[in-house]
Amino acid sequence: MTRLAGCGLVDRAQPLSFRFDGNAYTGLAGDTLASALLANGVRLAGRSFKYHRPRGILSAGPEEPNALVELRRGARREPNIPATTVELFSGLEADSQNRWPSLRFDVMAVTGLLGPLFPAGFYYKTFMWPARFWERLYEPAIRRAAGLGRAAEAEDPDRYDRAHLYCDVLVIGSGAAGLAAALAAGRRGARVVLCESDWRLGGRLLADGGEIDGLPAADWAVAAEAELRAMPEVRMMPRTTVFGVYDHGTYGAVQRVSDHEPEPDANEPRQRYWRITAERGVLAAGAIERLVAFSGNDRPGVMLSGAVRQYLNRYAVTPGRRAIVVTAGDDGWRTVTALASHGIEVAAVVDRRAEMPERHAAAAASAGARVFAGGRIGGTLGGSSLFAADIVEASGERTRVAADLLAVAGGWNPTVQLTCHLGGKPVWSAAAEAFVPGALPPGMAVVGAARGSFGLGSALAEGARAGAEAAEATGFSGSAPAIPFALDAEGAPAPIWIDSGARKAFVDLQHDVTLEDIAIAHREGFRAVELLKRYTTHGMATDQGKTGGVLGMAAMAALTGMDMAETGTTVFRPPYTPVAIGALAGPNRGKDYRPRRRTPAQGWAEEQGAVMTEVGLWHRALWFPRPGEADWQATITREIGAIRTGAGVAEVSTLGKIELVGPDAGALLDFLYINTFSTLPVGRTRFGIMLREDGFAMDDGTTARLEQDRWILTTSTGHAGAVMEHMEYVHQMLRPELKVAFTSVSDRWAQFSVAGPNSRQVIAGVLDPGADLADAAFPHMACGVFTALGGVPARVFRISFSGERAYEIAVPAGFGEELVRRMMQTGAAFGLVPYGLESLGTMRVEKGHLGGGEINGQTTARDLGFARLMSSRKDYIGRALAQRPALIDPRRPALVGLRPVDRMATLRGGAHLLPEDAPVRIEHDQGHVTSVAYSPTLGHWIGLGLLEGGPSRHGEVVRAANPLEGFDDLVEIVPPCFLDPQGARLRG
Amino acid sequence: MRLPCPHCGSRPADEFTCYGAADPVRPAAGAPAQVWHDYVHIRPNPYGLHNELWQHVHGCRRWLVMTRDTRTHAVLGARDGGSRGGGAA
Repeated sequence: MTRLAGCGLVDRAQPLSFRFDGNAYTGLAGDTLASALLANGVRLAGRSFKYHRPRGILSAGPEEPNALVELRRGARREPNIPATTVELFSGLEADSQNRWPSLRFDVMAVTGLLGPLFPAGFYYKTFMWPARFWERLYEPAIRRAAGLGRAAEAEDPDRYDRAHLYCDVLVIGSGAAGLAAALAAGRRGARVVLCESDWRLGGRLLADGGEIDGLPAADWAVAAEAELRAMPEVRMMPRTTVFGVYDHGTYGAVQRVSDHEPEPDANEPRQRYWRITAERGVLAAGAIERLVAFSGNDRPGVMLSGAVRQYLNRYAVTPGRRAIVVTAGDDGWRTVTALASHGIEVAAVVDRRAEMPERHAAAAASAGARVFAGGRIGGTLGGSSLFAADIVEASGERTRVAADLLAVAGGWNPTVQLTCHLGGKPVWSAAAEAFVPGALPPGMAVVGAARGSFGLGSALAEGARAGAEAAEATGFSGSAPAIPFALDAEGAPAPIWIDSGARKAFVDLQHDVTLEDIAIAHREGFRAVELLKRYTTHGMATDQGKTGGVLGMAAMAALTGMDMAETGTTVFRPPYTPVAIGALAGPNRGKDYRPRRRTPAQGWAEEQGAVMTEVGLWHRALWFPRPGEADWQATITREIGAIRTGAGVAEVSTLGKIELVGPDAGALLDFLYINTFSTLPVGRTRFGIMLREDGFAMDDGTTARLEQDRWILTTSTGHAGAVMEHMEYVHQMLRPELKVAFTSVSDRWAQFSVAGPNSRQVIAGVLDPGADLADAAFPHMACGVFTALGGVPARVFRISFSGERAYEIAVPAGFGEELVRRMMQTGAAFGLVPYGLESLGTMRVEKGHLGGGEINGQTTARDLGFARLMSSRKDYIGRALAQRPALIDPRRPALVGLRPVDRMATLRGGAHLLPEDAPVRIEHDQGHVTSVAYSPTLGHWIGLGLLEGGPSRHGEVVRAANPLEGFDDLVEIVPPCFLDPQGARLRG
Repeated sequence: MRLPCPHCGSRPADEFTCYGAADPVRPAAGAPAQVWHDYVHIRPNPYGLHNELWQHVHGCRRWLVMTRDTRTHAVLGARDGGSRGGGAA
């Protein structure tokens, strides 16, 4: 055990057992998986992506490139989770990744010896030819060899939630700067949301010690948290990562609600995706320490110096027993002091500088460390764990120093990622020796280390100022108690440190990119940072180059001779850290992928045993099978037979229904439709076609004039929303002078189509006494308002889709189910059967009525046989462009009926139409089959199609070929209406 | 993204549908074919300020004209589309 006594923020009274690679270990409440592994002496955490080199734990946060694990087992297994971010819980199970057969003995590690085979750009160079080998051979092999963790193979059993939050000030990060900002804004009364990725607030205050307001820094963080929690307008959100910044003060965040428990509580989601809208944002995301590029800088035992302090001070774990500290500046010396204060031997300090501040000599002396001023690391030794490093002195002399921990202090990169999401580009700051935020997203301020102000005092002061300013900007300008003052630690930021020419010096640990790879990219001309990144995959791993990204750019800068400002940096896009797809999907998956709309009488249809189908968001009855029916064709043959000899009822509530009121309703309809409506008498219904402004058909339907100034328009089910928006556009934008108001009443009315010779008796059976449905009073295309079921308003339309005498009856939605049940009772004597979409569709093909296959966005009213409806006496939407020469060309494909020459043959929708003797090739294509149905009335298949010059070719025989499915039949061209073209049946 | 509806205030963009350029004005019925063609098919694609048509579909359902900077997504103004008057020139 390497647990230290008498320090840390772990709860020694709460031991937690867990497993890593199947071995049982014990950690403490307050540990991460990484700190618990270190406490158990586990230093080998994974194998690298390309070379399968052994890797340890580099960091103590979300920047971790090495220690990625598969967390949990079975359906909850999640790959590529940094062990440094996993809050330990009892029963946790994790496995290392990318090793086979075991972490300690990995057969693929041999690729480490074959390093030269996997240089930068190897994907592009090595596997180019022959192309077919790529899919079969190269890609599977590469995928096996180079990889990360495995996703779960079963469906995710957890729930995810999505929620919205609005605030005045969003503070991102809860280190000194973030707490100061939240306090300053909160004390002024602003609505503050404070998001922190960690479960514990405090950021570096938990790792670096120091004093604020006379309190140890970690205790001050606790006090600040308590004060914030007591403020009613402040919301604290630990375990919540703000991963993206979007337009107009919108932020994306993911809250890990239950990830610190073995599995979510039954009433809790696993994670919650927050969309936060904030007037002002304060980014206090701190900084991430960067690596130093020296040979063997990936050996397990190499750790960021700030992470070492975090493990010592926060987790009471020492990552090693004998340390070498490598530092590019003053910050590493804090680690020397921290190690010494915990009694850890510091064998050597390698400081990049030949001359350094005097005070470090004293620190070295009290730690007992040998100082190599102006030295560097020439290489590291060890297999799965470091045991020594070669130090190259300024004189060139090499000294081998035994150590199991190499603490690396390569300077700090401000966490600028969120400042880039709206296009801001970080700029190089010589003072901070780092890229700092450039142009900021509107409304965002950046404070503390995130903007390159690395001292504790600067963090507090900048946070306090930004918090107060944000509060003031959102209307909370009062004064408030001051935020405490502190001094910045002595010392200057450390420069980037690259040991040029070093071999196997990694600049991207997760993607195994080395200085050699950068040199190859330079040699081959991929010098711009964006090209460098893509050619070498540098910075493209799941950690997005958080610890090494800038090193690669610096290495390129060294090769090109440009400075860092000229070289620049790649920018960052959301998300800051990986986000589970499940969190983004939220509840919208499986059967809840989209909402379902229930029709008013759906319960009745289901009770009748209807087979249902999805139509948009609706579920509609396809047909109503009865016992003994062999298949659906038997069912619809029975249904249609019953309708054509008796009566049938189908629910058509899904039709779009738009009610118009006002003296100019007729004028609006005249402008919307190709035909004229203003002349329609009260009590009558008319069919109409509307076009888009480009001249193509948009929708068809009937409109009834119920009263002088009250109309009801119907749309097809699928176009209901689009037609409503179109009508609103036309009225609001083009004809605002028209005195008309309209609204969608689709959900307000349940509507049923009752068809068949006995349909009048069925309708009469549910209407209250006194309704006159005699043909003289209520002829074909009549409409009227009656009452049904004892006083319930009922709108009746005598319109027919089936070609039979037919009525549609609409009642308020809540009465729909009662109405259909009553109809089934009173209609039994008239042979009434329920029918569904399939019979409806078959009968409409028999009549040549239009459906989605015909009004497909590419057909004109003329193509569909409605040229005569197109009024020449008024302006209407689409009129001008419908007259384009190409749209009135008689050779355009136009609507025809089709029947197989061999009456036993089956027609197939989608088949292409070609001349009888032409080969089945695209250049002979003359159109296609849009709808087909087996007509029980006619006893053979029939179809509708769009055929070049179709209406003039009745009687001709053409081929209907579908090479994809292997069908090729001869069909005869006929008029589109197969049944009762004179309409004798529908008039009764 | 958030949009300022003149009737409903600042609302999330999900409530709106964008229909592109707002400036083209529907020609008179008898206008030449080329004028109609341009009205239906030709749209500006500016790098900078753009007057756009949006409908507040999940709100007041009004058609709106918003002035948006395509470089920054900043919305500089929004008004009810009906206020532009009749479309027929």
